[in-house]
Amino acid sequence: MSLYRDTGVVLRVQKLGEADRIITLLTRRHGKVRAVAKGVRRTTSRFGARLEPFGHVDVQFHTGRTLDVVTQVQTLDAFGAGLVGDYSRYTAACAVLETADRLTLDEGEPALRLYLLVVGALRALSGRERDPSLVLDAFLLRAMAFAGWAPALAECARCGLPGPHGSFSVPAGGSVCAGCRPAGSARPAGETLRLLDALLHGDWETAEAVGQPARREGSGLVAAHLQWHMERQLRSLPLVERRAAATGGRRPVEHAATGDRTPSADMV
Amino acid sequence: MYEGPVQDLIDELGRLPGIGPKSAQRIAFHLLAAEPADVTRLQEVLQRVKEGVRFCDVCGNVSEEERCRICRDARRDPTVVCVVEEPKDVLAVERTREFKGRYHVLGGALDPLSGVGPDQLRIRELLARIGSEDVREVILATDPNTEGEATATYLVRMLRDFPGLSVTRLASGLPMGGDLEFADELTLGRALSGRRAV
Repeated sequence: MSLYRDTGVVLRVQKLGEADRIITLLTRRHGKVRAVAKGVRRTTSRFGARLEPFGHVDVQFHTGRTLDVVTQVQTLDAFGAGLVGDYSRYTAACAVLETADRLTLDEGEPALRLYLLVVGALRALSGRERDPSLVLDAFLLRAMAFAGWAPALAECARCGLPGPHGSFSVPAGGSVCAGCRPAGSARPAGETLRLLDALLHGDWETAEAVGQPARREGSGLVAAHLQWHMERQLRSLPLVERRAAATGGRRPVEHAATGDRTPSADMV
Repeated sequence: MYEGPVQDLIDELGRLPGIGPKSAQRIAFHLLAAEPADVTRLQEVLQRVKEGVRFCDVCGNVSEEERCRICRDARRDPTVVCVVEEPKDVLAVERTREFKGRYHVLGGALDPLSGVGPDQLRIRELLARIGSEDVREVILATDPNTEGEATATYLVRMLRDFPGLSVTRLASGLPMGGDLEFADELTLGRALSGRRAV
């Protein structure tokens, strides 16, 4: 019997048969792993809620013929508990998971940097300190950078002329100079490109100082850039609820789903 | 590969959820050996379910008429509405014999990973119903998993502006017949925070 153990984030779950699920995890050492969790949908399952999406878990697998089988699970971080209480954070976190799933095509190929990035993004989203929309865009930009598709922001994507430049072309791969500018290029505000650069490099002070119009424009460019390179639409991205930063950041927990209320009737 | 109709039947059965090629073959040969009357009955039921069953105009549950049995029943309390994901959840709550109110079936849960957003569910119908009927309490009985909890969060946000409406969520905690030792942290945490005086 061949057993192995790893830590991972649950990216997706699919129903299998009567009470089982196929769990897709992004693991630290084994990359993307699809494994069967037997009986997980029964209320008496010993896995319980540990194998829900967004769960950061320590898992033991048993190597199977086609799919591996989950034998033991322990929770490292239950990010889901913090995310489901805020719909905009939940939708942003869904987009993080779907992107991570799509970017790791081959199962078993290690993707340590992406794994760490996903854990960091989920921690930031469930931490409720930063605007979820900014966290998502920062994740998408950095995940694209790992995949080799980082948009050129400080120089021309075609000729490499140092910028900043006023045009942005998704097919060209980022900002473009006046000489290389293809027809149909967008003309984002200078603030928008500065925001994207700050998000790509983790400069949160600059990013959070940027106003709503530039954030919206930046999100649009990031989404277009990602989907162009992936050659497919992400299902969760149009459903991400992007709210104004004033309400998106530090709202109090208003819902019993987060489990921090004491009355037995669980009145909401 | 079998010849003609037998293989067609196996292929069709194999498209049903949870039925693999072996099960499909077993069911096909069972039907082949069954009494003609049994097969005719199955055939009629299948036809009736497709032609005769519709969704209730009020709650979205499966029904034979415009309004389902529960919505037609005058003894059911119209001021309490239990919101569930699927028609099969209505049956689960009905089995408890504890609930005397009415239902609203959403038709699923908010699941962006599968492309299901608020517009794909019967949320607008729920809001219209609460606005027009004398509903005093909405019980959110979506599944206690990630998608169900997110759906409940979203509904709370949509419902909290209705004056005089109380919104409640099903309690969650440890299942009967389980061991505390095997309870996961999330469930046990919920059970602790939702503890009650005895």
